[in-house]
Amino acid sequence: MDWGLIITNALRAMVGIDTVVFALAAIGLNVHFGYTGLLNFGQSAFLAVAGYGLAITVAEFGLPTLLGVVIGLLSAVVLALLLGAPTLRLRADYLAIVTIAAAEIVRLLYRSVSLSEYTGGSDGLGRFSEGFYSINPFSDGRYGIGRVSFDERVTWALTVGWSLVLLSCVLVFLLMRSPWGRVLKAIREDEDAVRSLGKNVYSYKLQSLVLGGVLGCLAGFVYAWGRAAVQPDFFGTETTFFAYTIVILGGAARVLGPVIGAMIFWTLLSLTDNVLTQAKSAGYISDAILTNFEIGQVRFMLVGIGLMLLMIFRPQGLFGDRRELALDAR
Amino acid sequence: MRHAVRVPRGSLAAGTASVLAAVIATLFLLLLPAPASATPTPTPSAGAAGGTGETLQGRLVNEGEPLEGVTVTVTTADGDEVGEAESDEEGAFVVPLPEAGDYTITLDEDTLPEGVAIREGRSAEVTLPVAVGQQRNVLFPLGEGTRNVQGRLDRLPTLAVEGLQFGLIVALAAVGLSLIYGTTGLTNFAHGELITLGALLAYWIYGNGRLPFLLAGLLAVVAAGVLGGAQDRLLWRPLRKRGTGLIAMLVVTIGLALFLRYFFLYLFGGSSQPFRAYESQSPIGLGPVDITPRALTSMLIAVVVLLAVAYALLRTRIGKATRAVADNPALASSSGIDVERVIQVVWISGAALAGLAGILLGLAQQVSFQLGFQILLLVFAAVTLGGLGTAFGALVGSLVVGIFTQVSTLFIPSELKNAGALAILILILLVRPQGILGRAERVG
Repeated sequence: MDWGLIITNALRAMVGIDTVVFALAAIGLNVHFGYTGLLNFGQSAFLAVAGYGLAITVAEFGLPTLLGVVIGLLSAVVLALLLGAPTLRLRADYLAIVTIAAAEIVRLLYRSVSLSEYTGGSDGLGRFSEGFYSINPFSDGRYGIGRVSFDERVTWALTVGWSLVLLSCVLVFLLMRSPWGRVLKAIREDEDAVRSLGKNVYSYKLQSLVLGGVLGCLAGFVYAWGRAAVQPDFFGTETTFFAYTIVILGGAARVLGPVIGAMIFWTLLSLTDNVLTQAKSAGYISDAILTNFEIGQVRFMLVGIGLMLLMIFRPQGLFGDRRELALDAR
Repeated sequence: MRHAVRVPRGSLAAGTASVLAAVIATLFLLLLPAPASATPTPTPSAGAAGGTGETLQGRLVNEGEPLEGVTVTVTTADGDEVGEAESDEEGAFVVPLPEAGDYTITLDEDTLPEGVAIREGRSAEVTLPVAVGQQRNVLFPLGEGTRNVQGRLDRLPTLAVEGLQFGLIVALAAVGLSLIYGTTGLTNFAHGELITLGALLAYWIYGNGRLPFLLAGLLAVVAAGVLGGAQDRLLWRPLRKRGTGLIAMLVVTIGLALFLRYFFLYLFGGSSQPFRAYESQSPIGLGPVDITPRALTSMLIAVVVLLAVAYALLRTRIGKATRAVADNPALASSSGIDVERVIQVVWISGAALAGLAGILLGLAQQVSFQLGFQILLLVFAAVTLGGLGTAFGALVGSLVVGIFTQVSTLFIPSELKNAGALAILILILLVRPQGILGRAERVG
C-alpha cells in the first residue's frame, strides 16, 4: 500500500475542482435550506443551466465566453423564478417535489436525442473553454507544494474557483447580518410570525431562491471549465444530494460550513477510493467481495449512510448550532 | 363508541393481508398459460460483460417507435471485428467490448425497416473512444426520409391501454406512498427502493425458473411487506419516538434511498435482466388494441388488488382506522385507535404493494437496480396530483400520469415523455395546488 500516494491524492482532493464545485453549490443551497428553510432538491438544475448556457453559447454559436457567462447567470435567475412562483406559497414538501422534478426535466431535456444538435445529447458538449484558458496568467509548469501540485490549466481554474468561493462567502456573510438576512432567518423559524409583522414572505423566499440559485450556478461554470466539458448525467439528483450532505456535514446556516463540509467530504471520498484501490491491488480484498468496477459504488453507499447518520445523530453538523436547525413542516 | 373504532390487535391486519395474498395468488395463476408463446432467446444486454464492463450501447428509435432486428457491428481501430448485435424489441442494442480504446460502430442500413434511413448528413459509421469501465451510448439519428406508416390516431388506443397499464402499476406504488405520508407525515424518497426490492426479490426467488413465477412473485410480495414492516420498526418508529422533525426524516429517506440504490447495484450488477419465461410474447389483437398476454394479466392483477385495497380502506375496521389516523392522528389516538399499530400495517401493506408494482414493472420492462428510482418521481407526481395523503387521489393521479406519459408520445419524442408528465405536475400545481382530490389548505 502506497500511503504517500493515498495522502497526496487526499490533499489534492481537498482543494481540487470537485471541492470548489460542490462548495459553491452548497453555499447556494445553504442560503435556501440553512438560512431560509426552503427545501430545494433541484440545485443540480442551477448548475446545469449555467454550464449548458455557457457551453451552448460558446461552442454552438461561437459567441464570446463573457456572453456565455451572462446567459448562464440569467438562465439561473429565470429558473429560480419559474420554480419559485408556483410553489413558494405551498407547503414546504411541495417545493421539494417540484424542484426535484424540475431538475430531472432539465437533465432529460439536455440529454435528449431531439435536442442533441445543440446539447450533444448524452455525451454533452466540449470545446468551449478556450476563451477561459486563453486569459490564463500562469505560464506552463506545475504549481503547488511538493507532490500536491497542479498544472497551469488546473491552477488557473482553481484560482478562479476559490476566488468565487471567497467572494460568495463574503457576500453571504454580509447579507445574512443585514436586516434582509434576519428576515430570511425569521421566515425559517416561523413564517406566520414574519407575515404578521407585515413582511411579504413570498417575495423574500423568491429572492432567497434566486440568490442561492445564482451562487449555485457559479458551480456550473467552474465545473464546465474544470472539465472543459459538460455532460448531462452529472446534473442528476445525486449531485444535489451530495450538496445536501455537504451543507449538513459542515453545519447549515454557517457561512463557512459548506466550504469546510466540501473539503472534508471530498477528502474522505478520495481516501476511501484510494485505500480500497490500493488494498485491491495489494491483494487484501478479493474480486468476490469487491471488483475494481464496484469501488466507485462504495462512495455512494457511504454518502447515503453518512447523510442518514448525520441527520439522525448530529443534524447541526460539525460546526452548526442545533437551535438554528429546528426545521419542521406541517 | 369505544368499540366502534377500537382495532382488534393482529386479527384484522392479518385478515386483510391474507385476503390480499389469496387474491394475488389467484391472479398469478392467470399467468400460467402465458409461457406457451414465450421463446427463451437471450437479449443482447444479458451477456454484457466484457473485460471491466466496457460496452457500446444505444437504442434505435424512429419517431418514438423502437426498431427491432437492426444489426450493428463493432470493429477496432485496426479493423478487427469485435462484436455484432441486433436490436431487441425495445430497439436497444449492447455490444460488450474486450477493453478500453477506440472503436468504430457501423449500422447495417440494409437491416433497417422500409422507409427508415440514417438522417441526411449523418453517417452510419461512428468512431468513438471508450474509457475504462465506460458504457458508452451511441446515437444513430434516424428519421428523415421516413414515411409514417401508421396514422397517429391508429396508435391512440394501444397507447392509451399501455398508459392505463403503466398508470395501474404507478397506482400500486402511489397508494402506499400516499398512506405512509398520510399517517406519519413522512415524504418517503426511499419508496422507489421498495419498488426495486420487490422486483429484485422476485428475480432472485424465481431464479430463471427454479420456482414457478407466480409462487416466486407471491413470496417476493410477502417478503417485501415483511421488510417494509421491519424498516418501520427499526428505523422510522425510533425516529418518531425521538421526536425527529419531518424535514430531518425527509433527508434521512434520501440518504437511505442513495445507500439502498447503490447497494442493489452492488448486489445485482448494472445490467437489466428480464424474467426469462415472459421475456418475449407476441401481442394479441383485441379490437383496435395490440396487447401482450403478460400486460393483460398485469392489468387484471393490479385492478383486483387496487379494488381490494379500496374495499379494505372503506369497509374494514383497520381501513377506517387508517383513514382516521391520516385525517388527524391525535384525535384518532384519543378515540382509542392504536396509531402505532395502524402505521405498522400501513408500512407492511405499502411495502407489499410497492413490491408488487416492482414485479409488474419488471415484467413490463426489465429488472434493474434503478427500476424504482426511475419511476419514483412519476409516483410522486401522481400522489401530488391527487392531493398529498389521500389514497383515492393517488389512484386518480396515477391513472392521469400513466395515460398522459404514454399518449404524449404521439406528440413528443418518447425519451421526453417522463419530462412531459413532470411538467404537467408543475402546471397543475399552479392552478390547483391541493391536487385533484385534495382539500384546499391555506399555507401562505
